[in-house]
Amino acid sequence: SSILHIAAVVVSGTSVVVYMYTWCLSSSIHISAVVVSMFSTIICGFLFLLVVKRLPEHVQVDDPAVVKRLAKKLERQQIPLRSDYGYKVSLFSHLHQYSRKAPLTQQLSIPSTVIHPSIVRLGLQYSQGIVAGSNARSVALLHAFKQVIRDYTTPPNEELSRDLVNKLKPYISFLNQCRPLSASMGNAIKYIKKEISNIPSQCKEEEAKTKLLTCIDRYIEEKIVLAAKAISKYAIEKISDGDVILVYGCSSLVNNILCEAFEKSRKFRVIVVDSRPRLEGREALRRLVQRGISCTYVLISALSYILPEVSKVFLGAHALLANGYVMSRVGTSQIALVARTFNVPVLVCCETYKFCEKVQTDSFVSNELDDPDDLMVTRKGKTQLENWQDVSSLGLLNLVYDVTPPDFVDLVITDLGMIPCTSVPVVLRVKNLDQ
Amino acid sequence: MFHLVEKLVEYFRTQMRTDPDMASAVAAIRTLLEFLRRDKGETILGLRESLKWATDCLTEVDSSVAVSSGGELFLRFISLTSLEHQDLSRCKKVMEERGELFLEKISLSRTKVAKLCHTFIKDGAKILTHSSSRVVLRVLEKAAAEKKRFTVYVTESQPDTAGKQMADALRRINVPVTVVLDAAVGYVLEKVDLVIVGAEGVVESGGIINKIGTYQMAVCSKAHNKPFYVVAESFKFVRLYPLNQQDVPDRFKYKADTLRTVSDLSDEHPMIDYTPPSLITLLFTDLGVLTPSAVSDELIKLYL
Repeated sequence: SSILHIAAVVVSGTSVVVYMYTWCLSSSIHISAVVVSMFSTIICGFLFLLVVKRLPEHVQVDDPAVVKRLAKKLERQQIPLRSDYGYKVSLFSHLHQYSRKAPLTQQLSIPSTVIHPSIVRLGLQYSQGIVAGSNARSVALLHAFKQVIRDYTTPPNEELSRDLVNKLKPYISFLNQCRPLSASMGNAIKYIKKEISNIPSQCKEEEAKTKLLTCIDRYIEEKIVLAAKAISKYAIEKISDGDVILVYGCSSLVNNILCEAFEKSRKFRVIVVDSRPRLEGREALRRLVQRGISCTYVLISALSYILPEVSKVFLGAHALLANGYVMSRVGTSQIALVARTFNVPVLVCCETYKFCEKVQTDSFVSNELDDPDDLMVTRKGKTQLENWQDVSSLGLLNLVYDVTPPDFVDLVITDLGMIPCTSVPVVLRVKNLDQ
Repeated sequence: MFHLVEKLVEYFRTQMRTDPDMASAVAAIRTLLEFLRRDKGETILGLRESLKWATDCLTEVDSSVAVSSGGELFLRFISLTSLEHQDLSRCKKVMEERGELFLEKISLSRTKVAKLCHTFIKDGAKILTHSSSRVVLRVLEKAAAEKKRFTVYVTESQPDTAGKQMADALRRINVPVTVVLDAAVGYVLEKVDLVIVGAEGVVESGGIINKIGTYQMAVCSKAHNKPFYVVAESFKFVRLYPLNQQDVPDRFKYKADTLRTVSDLSDEHPMIDYTPPSLITLLFTDLGVLTPSAVSDELIKLYL
């Protein structure tokens, strides 16, 4: 592409020279010269269009050119392409929609020579939903990468810092096929790639491997475990005796905070709000009741009924975007909206490693579609929507994430302290300065 | 130790008496600087501890948010010094110099604020303000000096009728002023063009803590779509994040002697309230004209 760049520059240069020449001749401007220079500028325009740097591709399943490019990339990396399933609602037709009915090994033929077995196992766990939740997924990913690094040997005439990064690329594509990567996983991968490329070339292999393993351990310890402790410390200041706290779904961080607050003998009760089809609130309910916290369980349709009793809302986040929007489990923005209407403070708890540079103002552009068959429910032997595929005008939509604007969020508790939602770019800037 | 507390409090009270125009936070910082000079501690950690203790003593005398924030800022300002120099006597000298510099900087802050804010007062404007604020007075003085004609409505601001003092001060500079009841804010708002209030403390969310009645005024001006401006010096920025009125700590809500003498606070009336950032249009500080969301940015720069 650099050759094309140079060619474009040369052609445009000559066309400019020709223009100047004809202009200097002033009285007699030859039509042929003008035509030639026009042609040359058009040609170099084309060349520039060909070589212009492309932005990283967003998921665009309805654009056949993009799909072809993706398929070619996967073929080059020897990763099988997973096919989409079922009819997609038109607003979301640019996203992937996979089925969970058949396990992944039956749908794809996974070449065991190309992909490390721990990565294959991780991909299966992701696709079946065995490992779910952004912290759990990141930690599982980092452990799998640790195993990959342990089993890695540098091929002769190659440098560890470059070769290992290239080895990781097909793994990441494969995991993306199993389940689209989350923002926290993306940040973890960026960190690992940076650490690997920073390994000095004279470093011996064993030394480099131990260094990488300790880096990963430190990342998990600092960004996830210790961050959770710091966040609990700040959050407990905001929980007073007599509080009625509303939580939604199952966030490992929020559950941690509530259990810690209970240990510190704060008197409060919890209302767990849940929604279909994932019904993650039941897991949160189980964990809280086990500790002895008094809980109430409602479905999200009862939200406006229960909100007058609530004094605070604690929400977890999947990612915090650079414009202050909170990306979280679908239903979160609904809870924040209704809580704002009832003047109940909404607190979002999020570790700083989940902050990402993306900007989103709606839930359509970038989201994840889950298996639409999950929406089928069997009660008293009858399965509703059993034959939804036969009805041509019917589409089932099972969204995973949604985006909450910062006006609905009162406070974000991070390991750096309590900040308003609009200060996320400041934290990102401070973090970039540190690095 | 006891006579040390007395000396400290006496010094603080003298500072407040000699210059009634000085902000209580500035007096607190002066007192802390004097305390630093007279301190005979041997270690830097001991110095920090004694300064913290001195700040707590001062907060007991005057429980305003500004004293607490000024003290914390001073501590922050000098503890950054302690990281650089290992020798205690040199460290103390550098701290004293920096303390003096800090005091000099913040004594100019009111002038800076007035310079920024008076341009927002147009000729013929009608201004509403709450209770008595020296910063707002400075802004209005500057606007009057720039030959602008404006009228001012001041709320009486019970229980201490501080609004009357503000009205007297404004009459002295020949500004037409009317004192209105606290209950008449909604009535008067359709006549006014803008609302300017001071602040006792600016919190992390970008909201303010000010004399009780400010929140009401902010809600009414939002309903009337009138701009609500806040003028505050940067040393009033405090690391607090209240979610609602209940969340403001009790030690700021009531006067210091009330906290000492009364055991059951539910009968007492709070002296301050919290105004959330969504109701504030702009904040004028010596760091510049800020939107409420920029306050957190500045705080992160100051404290992190």
